[in-house]
Amino acid sequence: MIQLTHDPIDFSALTESVRSPACGAVVLFLGTVREMTNGAQTLRLAYDAYPAMAEAKIAELEAMARERWPLQEVRIVHRLGTLELGEVSVAIAVSSPHRADAFDAGRWLIDRFKAVVPIWKQEHWADGTTEWVHPGIADPPAESRESGSPLPRERGQG
Amino acid sequence: MTVTSTPQISVSVRLFAAARERAGAEVVTVQVPVNSRIADLRIVIGETVPSLKPLAAHLLFAIGTEYATDDAPLPASGEVVAFPPVSGG
Repeated sequence: MIQLTHDPIDFSALTESVRSPACGAVVLFLGTVREMTNGAQTLRLAYDAYPAMAEAKIAELEAMARERWPLQEVRIVHRLGTLELGEVSVAIAVSSPHRADAFDAGRWLIDRFKAVVPIWKQEHWADGTTEWVHPGIADPPAESRESGSPLPRERGQG
Repeated sequence: MTVTSTPQISVSVRLFAAARERAGAEVVTVQVPVNSRIADLRIVIGETVPSLKPLAAHLLFAIGTEYATDDAPLPASGEVVAFPPVSGG
């Protein structure tokens, strides 16, 4: 199935695709583009990826989740390119016979996704600047790059 | 006294996100001593490409589609991927 796409994610169809008579639970997680981060206003986000590795890592995560929980279906899709406020950047849908497993697997999948899948978001701030989001380090604006030292600020992220 | 210089190999490093933007290139090629490991490449990148120096300590490396730790030997292909911490979602 398609794991990376430049098109809007049809999360209704994605949710439908994991429903099953064998399951009593479907959990859907949507990551959406947030306007405010620590008081700074976002206009839009741009997502970049290393596609081959991203798809390999997503497949690994699904396999690991299936080892830990009795999951019927797993769908994971991430959008790339430019996304406007409120748009869906990532969708994870899982189905399982019982809700606890579906909730736990969904939570684990998005947490691990954000830690290991090589995809990056770039903030396009309302003040006209752009900034790659790299947890643990700051991407100094262009005018301060010559100083050669990372700035101590760190943006929170969805 | 004879001074022998260590043979060097060429490694091409494919960059993403802030690393690519700072370097102004999708791929940078650096020279490292033979039998170097990822940890050595990390240092050489910071020294060879000054714009990447602030990121060097934070870079994640991959060989093909697998993460490579600092103690991993450089691949015979001479092709490595490097990027700052990921932020999908």
